[in-house]
Amino acid sequence: MIRSILTAIALLASASTLSADTLKMAVTTSFHNSGLSDILLPEIAKDTGLDVQLIVVGTGQAIRLGEAGDVDAILVHSRKAEDAFLAGGFGTHRREIMYNDFVLIGPSDDPAQIARAETAAAALTAIASAKAPFASRGDDSGTHKKELALWGAANILEERRAPGWYNEAGAGMGATLNTAAGLNAYVLADRASWLNFGNKQSLTLLFSGDPVLFNQYAFLPVSPTKHPHVKHGLALKLEGWLTSPRAAELINNYTINGETLFTFNAE
Amino acid sequence: MLEIWQGIQAAFWLIVTFDADLYEIAARSLLVTCSAVAIAALIGLPLGAWLAVSRYRLRRLVIAVLNALMGLPPVVVGLVVYLMLSRSGPFGVMGLLFTPWAMIIAQVVILTPLIASIAHQSIRDLWAEYHDLLISLNTTRPQRIKTLLWDSRRALLTAALAGFGRGIGEVGAIMIVGGNIDHVTRVMTTAIALETSKGDFALAIGLGFVLIGLAVAVNLALHMLSGTEVRDRW
Repeated sequence: MIRSILTAIALLASASTLSADTLKMAVTTSFHNSGLSDILLPEIAKDTGLDVQLIVVGTGQAIRLGEAGDVDAILVHSRKAEDAFLAGGFGTHRREIMYNDFVLIGPSDDPAQIARAETAAAALTAIASAKAPFASRGDDSGTHKKELALWGAANILEERRAPGWYNEAGAGMGATLNTAAGLNAYVLADRASWLNFGNKQSLTLLFSGDPVLFNQYAFLPVSPTKHPHVKHGLALKLEGWLTSPRAAELINNYTINGETLFTFNAE
Repeated sequence: MLEIWQGIQAAFWLIVTFDADLYEIAARSLLVTCSAVAIAALIGLPLGAWLAVSRYRLRRLVIAVLNALMGLPPVVVGLVVYLMLSRSGPFGVMGLLFTPWAMIIAQVVILTPLIASIAHQSIRDLWAEYHDLLISLNTTRPQRIKTLLWDSRRALLTAALAGFGRGIGEVGAIMIVGGNIDHVTRVMTTAIALETSKGDFALAIGLGFVLIGLAVAVNLALHMLSGTEVRDRW
């Protein structure tokens, strides 16, 4: 009993004494829910000795954490928000790491017939015309921003997305997929999170392949001039590993049910 | 429904196979909440007693506000503590954000009004009973507070247990200030939220059963230590 208490205290203490090689990185829920982080983190620890601590949030919140200097680096997927982050001087630079794609998920009987659509915009138009239930992230994440851009491209304005069929979950990727499964609704998800999701019920992948659904992940170290306490050296060390051939091999070979989830494209 | 049955099985196997991750997050849950309860009790119990024995302006308002704060929304507390501890906040230099200390601070804020309020209620009743005696013995106010705290210790234990119950099941605040980092700030409730978001309901509910079992075990242990409910004792 006493020993277990001591172990617990040691655990707590070790967690708060910030050892030199501990790095905090805010990552998107889609990166973490895909399961890739569970593969990469132990390898990073083994190869570089870095203890990378992940804060799993949406892209919007990840960028806020970076701006406040509460994390040392961010790994996100929303180009516009990343550019604004750099323009504000909060990050030193942007390095592309890998990509996957967004897919449209929906009920297997496909009431809006989006499986036959030519483009993503046409698929969304079909959903809107059928007023078929749709679950949106609604949390200012990268996936949410992509979804809003797609609605814009389909010229379906916010007024037309009525609460009767358009449901804003205001939650992470997994939670929104749970909502979609419960409502038997259409939903935009990244391929990795979808493949790794455990509660599919009657949902199935209906539409993918449109080039606008391309989803680029980028690594942005937080600026040490803005926040002198951030561990910029360690962030660069992590960037070095993430863009190495070893990372390429692990990322490209990560599959679920034989499907590749991410494609490494760092230069 | 199937998930609930699978959850019971998952909970059973996690416990009997001594799953290292489970024991680690369970220990961290206990440590965070027990520390928070201890600190909140150190502040809340004397505060409740002081509020009961003192007479001051706006007493009714103060007590009403204290009672209302029992329902303090954890997610708001989490957000305020986050803004305080953030690197761009007033206490940012201490680097406490995303550590167990941040989670303890948030829980202390949530639990102190709850413990103080319950303590105040029971001490107020006792004070009505002891008032004439303690006055005629010419006691000082600290002596009265000490006597009242000691003689209402059973009720104060209930106050502490109510605090423990609120803290161990709390997820809104510790998710924001702790960040749910694996091996650092992941506790039972945030792990359950994570597994739910992955759609792994069986594991989530399994962890839920372990959490409930943990709460029962802690309460039972405290009752045994305080020697209540034995044979014909009250």
